[in-house]
Amino acid sequence: MLRARPGPARDRWLSDYRTLIGDQPAPLRMPPAIGDERLLGGLDLSATLTAGRPVHLPGLLEMAAGRGLILPMAERATAGLAARIGAAWDGPWPGYLIGLDEGASTEEAPPAALMDRMAFRPMLDGIAMAALAPSAFTPEEVTAARARLPDVTVPPDVVDALIATAAALGIPSLRAPLLAVRAARAATALSESDTAGEIEARLATQLVLAWRARQMPEQVEEDTPDDRAQDDPPPPDPDTPPQDSPETDTETPTEADIPPDLLLEAARAVLPPDLLAKLLAGNSRATSQGSTGAGEESVSLRRGRPLASRPGRLGGEARLDLIATLRAAAPWQPLRRRQTGKAGLLIRPDDFRIRRFRRTKESALIFVVDASGSSAMARLAEAKGAVELMLADAYKRREQVGLIAFRGDGAEVILPLTKSLVQAKRRLGGLPGGGGTPLASGLLMGAEMALSARRAGLTPFLAVLTDGRANIGRDGQPGRPQAMEDATAAARALRATGIPAVLIDTANRPQRSAESLSAEMGARYVALPRAGAQELSALVQNVSKDSAP
Amino acid sequence: MAHAFPFSAIVGQEEMKRALMITAIDPSIGGVLAFGDRGTGKSTAVRALAGLLPEIAVVDGCPYNCAPDRINPDCPHCKAQDHHTVAQRPTPVIDLPLGATEDRVVGALDLERALTKGEKAFEPGLLARAHRGFLYIDEVNLLEDYLVDLLLDVAASGENVVEREGLSVRHPARFVLVGSGNPEEGELRPQLLDRFGLSVEIASPKVVADRIEVIRRRDAYERDRAAFLATWAEAEAAEQARITTARDLLPEVIVPDALLVHVAELCLALGADGLRGELTLMRAARALAALDGAREVTDHHLREVAPSALRHRLRRDPLDEAGSTTRVTRAMDTVLA
Repeated sequence: MLRARPGPARDRWLSDYRTLIGDQPAPLRMPPAIGDERLLGGLDLSATLTAGRPVHLPGLLEMAAGRGLILPMAERATAGLAARIGAAWDGPWPGYLIGLDEGASTEEAPPAALMDRMAFRPMLDGIAMAALAPSAFTPEEVTAARARLPDVTVPPDVVDALIATAAALGIPSLRAPLLAVRAARAATALSESDTAGEIEARLATQLVLAWRARQMPEQVEEDTPDDRAQDDPPPPDPDTPPQDSPETDTETPTEADIPPDLLLEAARAVLPPDLLAKLLAGNSRATSQGSTGAGEESVSLRRGRPLASRPGRLGGEARLDLIATLRAAAPWQPLRRRQTGKAGLLIRPDDFRIRRFRRTKESALIFVVDASGSSAMARLAEAKGAVELMLADAYKRREQVGLIAFRGDGAEVILPLTKSLVQAKRRLGGLPGGGGTPLASGLLMGAEMALSARRAGLTPFLAVLTDGRANIGRDGQPGRPQAMEDATAAARALRATGIPAVLIDTANRPQRSAESLSAEMGARYVALPRAGAQELSALVQNVSKDSAP
Repeated sequence: MAHAFPFSAIVGQEEMKRALMITAIDPSIGGVLAFGDRGTGKSTAVRALAGLLPEIAVVDGCPYNCAPDRINPDCPHCKAQDHHTVAQRPTPVIDLPLGATEDRVVGALDLERALTKGEKAFEPGLLARAHRGFLYIDEVNLLEDYLVDLLLDVAASGENVVEREGLSVRHPARFVLVGSGNPEEGELRPQLLDRFGLSVEIASPKVVADRIEVIRRRDAYERDRAAFLATWAEAEAAEQARITTARDLLPEVIVPDALLVHVAELCLALGADGLRGELTLMRAARALAALDGAREVTDHHLREVAPSALRHRLRRDPLDEAGSTTRVTRAMDTVLA
């Protein structure tokens, strides 16, 4: 999965790749919004009618059997597409996939189901053309290495070390170490050796394991034994910050000639320096993308992304899918001609196929919660309760819910937009509270999440819970006047985006500052001190429905 | 399917393996739903099951898997023949791909015969092929709504009915529904959830030694399938024999009245919706007893299967912090004390 926007660096990488695979067939390019028919194959209508027998038109996954596929705009791929590709991967298509992730931010990433199957994730963004070194290998060397592959052994201690390293990095999926073992084997073949050793293990760790890291390796020793894994969802432990994944492995690695520290050191060397910060923010990309594009989408007869046509009646909003209708009618023609004695094309109501479209009508409810001061814990608990209540029956509502908290010197995403109750429970375990009130940062982060939701085709709605009394500015510096000015500016910026919002005043007595801020935001103002989770979720749902366009 | 990873070589995943074996012993339990993280071997276990199941006797050539001693009187294949020969066929484990069209699932006009001979004939779909076997849906929570409706209807009636312009076919379609998915991709409709008799939660092994064993076996399998399958052939045969023995024993297993009281109390305590929970719990405990070679179902069997049989039937209470497994365990401690 290549993280790279289109540009010379990416083109260069791809062309180098094509050179390196030598006489192997070049990978096929997959259109980003591919339909099932093109992907999985179907009936070739014209050939079928000409030949008088069914002619199968192979889908892209069949055509690519044994060879590579290139998936551009992988960050836009739906969970459905990822699942179809995954199924073919396990089955008839033992080729490889090069994904091109063109995401603009870390929030935009390919579906997790796809990422789990990927071995490598080279980052090409921000790399200058001149910095791209020419390949260290020639196509002939690659071909020779491929021939050598079956004779390469990866000694058990190397395998064990890779598995222990994956566990220490907090990677739950077992595909990761398996891919690492394969990578080590291929690297060994390329280095004209027949037994994998330390160098290959380090390389595999850096290329396959490091980018999946969910925890810093140092944390392993500090973790306490954990038997909560039996329960699902794991009961959040108020003492544990949410980034502590319950999959954490606490076994000491088995003896191996390669000290596990060595591989951890190798991983650490290539981990991005801000990983720890991201992990602390509970923002591990590995789990945050699960719900993108999944599940509840409304099927529309008029607009949206095209879906397979279905049998149906004409009339009302329905539009005829002429090609599909002809296709449905085609096989019956000889029968009907014989029955009716008529010539020409005979179409019956049974044949009608109706166009359908998938339209994302989902709304994105984003809570922005003031977690500063003394009442922070209570407010956060209410917001959390409301989030879980909303997600509990997300299957019938069309909603995604996210949660942002601000306190101290900034704002953080506690729960990225999701509709999974499991995920929410996992992340909302222990919520930090207290400190100053960086209201502006909270509003801006809320706006950012709302805008990215809108780009993803959702209808965002913000619910801000605060008393409106900012005392930390955008730059994280204390000072009430500056902080209020920043908050007002942020509120105006929010209004300019046109994102509907409600401001829930959580102070004991309604605050003038909160009311004027909501006016600046163009938001509804509701004074609701000590709202329970139930009232909160009901209120937000009602208000967001009213303000839907 | 002959080259699937051996069932007996799967490390850990005991609950999943047991659930699959229980449904293989008593298919009326309805199915297994496996929810869990990615890369934990959900599909591997299901595909491995195909290699483990004993063969079934069918009417030779019947695409609807008619049993020789119980031929469907309306079977389009069998009623056209006077004489039936019996054949052995592996128990079908059929994949229902997410992108499957309705025609492919329920069956449709046989194109070849319609075009070449101008004959009206029905070509059976995936539901017909899955009859008397297993129907497997990976990523079941991404399945399109209309396919879910269709499956619910067929699973409830045990029959697939196709009516179209003089094509009128009905054939039995009784199968064990096996679904797998990742809960982070979204929730499942409660109606569909209810159709799965058992549900299991899968996580990757916690112990490094287990993880090492998983990778070693997988790697050995990928490097030399024939040798790996040969190594495990004996263990596979033993597992298969356990299923066959348990099936024979099942009709003789006694369910004491006291146990039925416990079953009812447990479901009542948990507020598990509908009688289906009770029925499934009783059947699963009975099948497990048969698997263990016991002639009478005891509280031990009940305790073993209750989490699988009940955890997906509990009413969601988002404000209850405990997971559903914990709630089942809690109720068991009270009822079975």
